[in-house]
Amino acid sequence: MSELSIFLEYSLLGLLSGGVMALLALSFVLVYKGTGVINLAVGEIMMLGAYLYYAAVVSFGVNPWLAFAGSLAVIAVLAIVIERLVLRPLSGQSAVSVLMATIGLASIIHGGVEAVWGGDTYTPPGLLPRTPLMMGDILIPGAVLGNFLIAFVLILAFVAFFRYSRTGITLRATASDPVTAATLGINIHHAQRLTWALSGLVGTVAGVLIASSVGLSPLLSGTALAVLAAIVLGGLDSVLGAIVASLLVGLIEALAAGYLGGKTRDLVPYVVVLAVLVVRPYGIFGSRTIERL
Amino acid sequence: MNIPVSAATLRSDAAASTGLALSVDRVALRFGGIHALRDVSFSAAPGQITAIIGPNGAGKTSVFNTISGFYRPSSGTIRLGDQDINSIPVHARAGMGLARTFQNIALFRGLSVLENIKLGGHHTMKAGVLSAVTYSRAAREEELRLRDEVERRVIDFLEIDHIRHLPVDALSYGLQKRVELARALAMQPRVLMLDEPVAGMNREETEDMARFILDVQEEWGVTVLLVEHDMGMVMDISSHVVVLNFGEVIASGTPAHVRQHPQVIEAYLGAESVGAA
Repeated sequence: MSELSIFLEYSLLGLLSGGVMALLALSFVLVYKGTGVINLAVGEIMMLGAYLYYAAVVSFGVNPWLAFAGSLAVIAVLAIVIERLVLRPLSGQSAVSVLMATIGLASIIHGGVEAVWGGDTYTPPGLLPRTPLMMGDILIPGAVLGNFLIAFVLILAFVAFFRYSRTGITLRATASDPVTAATLGINIHHAQRLTWALSGLVGTVAGVLIASSVGLSPLLSGTALAVLAAIVLGGLDSVLGAIVASLLVGLIEALAAGYLGGKTRDLVPYVVVLAVLVVRPYGIFGSRTIERL
Repeated sequence: MNIPVSAATLRSDAAASTGLALSVDRVALRFGGIHALRDVSFSAAPGQITAIIGPNGAGKTSVFNTISGFYRPSSGTIRLGDQDINSIPVHARAGMGLARTFQNIALFRGLSVLENIKLGGHHTMKAGVLSAVTYSRAAREEELRLRDEVERRVIDFLEIDHIRHLPVDALSYGLQKRVELARALAMQPRVLMLDEPVAGMNREETEDMARFILDVQEEWGVTVLLVEHDMGMVMDISSHVVVLNFGEVIASGTPAHVRQHPQVIEAYLGAESVGAA
């Protein structure tokens, strides 16, 4: 296998896994942009979604697609409940209090998952067939490709939803100026509820996809940390930035793991992020004046 | 498209959206120990232009924000038509016919002119994901068609057709103010509140805006309540003027009456301004 093929294979794998990370980044950015909350429980919510999927399929023998739909529904409802019971009462409080509340939430979900399922690693069944793709001497595992395709379609759907649909434009308006949105007759509580539900949905999709390719354990929530790096890199409140930066972080991770060894996988992206932030504190796409969602 | 034609078509709708009276009755507003408004009473007659004037800090914007529902009055009531709206949430007031613009332009940056205007028509449609399922397709299409028509008329009326696909950030200050008015009109209001509609405008832009406000009142039959510092414009277009000072109404009446009121002259206008106005 030539040097070039190896480089291409690493890059392609990196970009494909970056696509799934972009879903998780979207889950985070939606809530930040829509409600101003930095939700550090994104990884835990995603993990819980994946466990629910696993439990439904393996413990209760439900059809995988049905189980998938079921876990989406449960997480969407849970996200709405979290918004109503935890975050709405905290609205108007300092950013640090809200941040602490999401950290607490993360701990509760994490502990709950460990209490029910323990610390073992499970392998949830995949949703798509796992036929690998050969391109010359480059091999792309089927799960990686399938996951990327699902993520890609979902992200496109989201972008279209926010760009063109009436509800999507309403959500953008609420994100950019809730007070004015309310005077136009937009129920901003309704919009924020919907934002949380959508965030939970994309997070769960990401969780199920990642768990079905790398395995399911409480460590899964840690994936969100790498995504956090991507989000900061892209600019906290930029959907486009989150997507591009996720692909970039995926690429850097794969190249670092391939050339420098697996242990550097989690290290190198942070070094890059730090370097970028020194130069551009608002991230690559982030700025205060341009509306991006 | 020339104005008389669009104005005539608008007139046919005026019956459906005739202005409502807005009355503020003994309203007080306190923030801690500070009395922002004390015992403020006035009413805006249906289909007429009423102006609120007063020095900076007199409570004009507090009155607007209380009517909008951002603040709940400590005492007193606000009525839209016959209905007490004190306990109605901000977003639901839009559905009752209350629309407003803001002192600092509150357009959604990053959205186009048309998208901004379309958001004005938002409340006229059943919102939400579920309604798409429960609501009949025909009724929905009819609603959409009606709304498109209103938007088209508003755009023609305010002569902003040529900029409708531009992002609002790209527009001049005067045009942004006009787009904000267009968005408020797309709400098909029965009471239109304008917070300093000509602040920061040059003479020509001010005259344009004054003409639009008069047209809105005459052709649409909408009740207009405005806060404005430009005395010439206020005296020219208003039929009723309310003067606030230190959170209290010190005078109200016709422009001619208010202009002569000694307390007003002392508190606000000053001798030269009276002569100039």
